[in-house]
Parts: sequence; C-alpha cells; structure tokens
Amino acid sequence: MSELVDALQSVLVKYSLVTAFAVVGTMVWLSYFVSRRLTLGRIHGSAIAIFAGLVLAYVGGVSTGGKKGIADIEMLSGIGLMGGAMLRDLAIVATAFGVSLDEFRRTGFSGIVSLLAGVLLSFAVGAVVAWTAGYRDAVSMTTIGGGAATYIVGPVTGTALGASSEVMALSVAAGLVKSILVMTLTPFVACMIGLDNPRSALIFGGLMGTTSGVAGGLAATDPRLVPYGAMTATFYTGLGCLLGPSLIFIVIRALV
Amino acid sequence: MPIYGTALLSICLIAGLIAGRLIGMAVGVDANVGGVGIAMLLLILASDWLRRTGRLKPLDESGITFWSSVYIPIVVAMAASQNVVAALRAGMVPIVAGVAVVVVSFALVPLLSRVKADDVGTSSNTASRGDE
Repeated sequence: MSELVDALQSVLVKYSLVTAFAVVGTMVWLSYFVSRRLTLGRIHGSAIAIFAGLVLAYVGGVSTGGKKGIADIEMLSGIGLMGGAMLRDLAIVATAFGVSLDEFRRTGFSGIVSLLAGVLLSFAVGAVVAWTAGYRDAVSMTTIGGGAATYIVGPVTGTALGASSEVMALSVAAGLVKSILVMTLTPFVACMIGLDNPRSALIFGGLMGTTSGVAGGLAATDPRLVPYGAMTATFYTGLGCLLGPSLIFIVIRALV
Repeated sequence: MPIYGTALLSICLIAGLIAGRLIGMAVGVDANVGGVGIAMLLLILASDWLRRTGRLKPLDESGITFWSSVYIPIVVAMAASQNVVAALRAGMVPIVAGVAVVVVSFALVPLLSRVKADDVGTSSNTASRGDE
C-alpha cells in the first residue's frame, strides 16, 4: 500500500505542472457545475472557481504554515508555477488579442471617460481603505487599490511593485468581492441608475471594469446590453495594469 | 503554425516588461512600471497590423488564443498560491474595499450617462429598452 502511495507521490511531484493542470481544471469544472446547478448561473463559474482557489490557499497555509498557499504542499507545487507571474502575465497579455482598434474607436468619448474614471476611482477608494486599515506604504496602498479595480490589476500591480503575498491576497479578495457584488446587485439597481440602454451599459462597463461581473450582471438585467458593457470592460484591466504600477503608484507615493 | 502566435505574444510580453523596467529606472522606482499594459498595447498594434497585411493566419492565432482561454484557470491557480492565512488576519479590508468601490461606481453611472449623448454611433439607434 505504501508503495502505491510512494509511486503516486513521486509521479505527482515530478510532473507537478501537469498535476496542477489536472487539479485546477477539475476545480474549474466543478465550479461551473455549481454555478449552473446551485446558483442558476447568477454567480459566474469563474468567481466560484477563484473563491475555491482562495479557500484552497487557506487550507494549504494552515496545514503547512507556509506562505505560498496550497503550492507549499509538494505534490501541488506546480500550482505555484501555473499561477506565478510568468504564465499569468502571458495569459493576461493574450486576452488583449482580438481587441480591434476599430472597436476601441467605437467606444467613443464617453467610453474613454468612464474607463479613466472607473480605474482612477477604484484605485483611490481601495488605497483609502488600505490606509485606514493600517497599510500605509505606497506599495501596499497601490496594490490593494488595484484589487479594488479588478482581481487581476491588484496582483499585476503588486508583482511589479514588489508587494508582499499577504497584500496580494488581500487585493485578489477585494477584486473578487467587487466582481460578485456587481454580478448579483446589478439587476436590482439597474433601474435606479438608468441602466436600460446601450450607452449607459457602455459607461457601466467602463466604470465597473470587472468583465465577469459586468457580463454576469448585465446578462441578469437585459442580455441585449452585455456586448456594450463587455466592450468597455475588456479595456479596463489593461488600462489598470498600465496606469497602476506607473502613474497611480507615483502619485500615491508622492501623497504618503 | 501556433508557435508563431505564441512567439509573437512572448516577444510582446518581454518587450513590454523591458520597457517597464527601463521606465522604472528612469523615474527612479525599483519596479516594473506598466510593463504588462505596454505589452498589451504592443500585441494589439502588432496583431492589428499583421492581420491587415494578411500575415497572421488562423493557425498562428491559435497560439495566442489558447493562452487567453486559460486565463481564468491561471487566475484560479494564482489565487490558490497566495498567503491567504496572513491576509485573513486583516479581516474586513477586502470586503470594505469591494463594497465601497461598487457603491461609488454604481452612483457614477447616471452622472456619466448625463454627460452629453455624443457617441455610441449608430448603435444607439437600435437601443432597446429593458422591461423593468
């Protein structure tokens, strides 16, 4: 019996990245299943999967006492490589592919204004919350501010600036809270904020920025609005990754 | 071949990161200033140009689209390898930050919608109002 365990363990450790693909793929599949069956699609599968990832990181941290979440368990160390800065940045840049310049021009003036307002506002709100909670260095404030933008902008900013893993985890969690709130609350506030035409949907996408939140929230409000909101939202993460670790960090550093 | 697309993607990322590093040095910050964002711009410009000149074949593109399609799983892996135990000691920070930013952003939607109805071009003609 112990020979079987040894054999299993040696294979999983040696092929750790392949193990990670298998484990994460299974998690994603389960999360989308839960999304469809238990929440009737109200909460997007991706949000459930990321939440499951954070839970797994907690379990790993408690059981090993390490700092790298579930990746501290030797068999699952490949998850650290898969979710590390190298492959993450490659995948994020790849999402910009397929964005056509014509489409960007079509978003027009109000699209650009809403994108800038959305990104700057999120950083400002996140940084203020971070400051009140005692994270008073510019790197942590910018990273948590990035998390208030999206759960991608936070860690990308944090990696670029050299933030601690703890602060990065905070920023991912903040982005996740935002994404889930946008998904679930949008249908309820839609009529209050005049979200009933393509123009306001476009502005909504630029202000919120979380693609999964915007797409999920608009789908539950009026599916015809999804492409307008998603169009501006797709630019948001890129803009955040561009401005966060540059202009916004320099401004925040000058302020604190 | 798909590797051409992946190579293009990688070249854009590396070029962006080097540019970000150089900008960081220039402004005296020990950080990568906007590298990933610059890389995204490079990829948009490069792929737009290559496609217009007919040099980016569908098979080449699959070497890029594969990586964008595994974006969520990679984010899940990223979440799973963070120091969540330490972050939980900070308690309410993520919840407060998330709630605050959503409330403020929701409030801004009607304000920005009122700023002159200039664009969205032809699409606003097909504006179909929701039922609520």
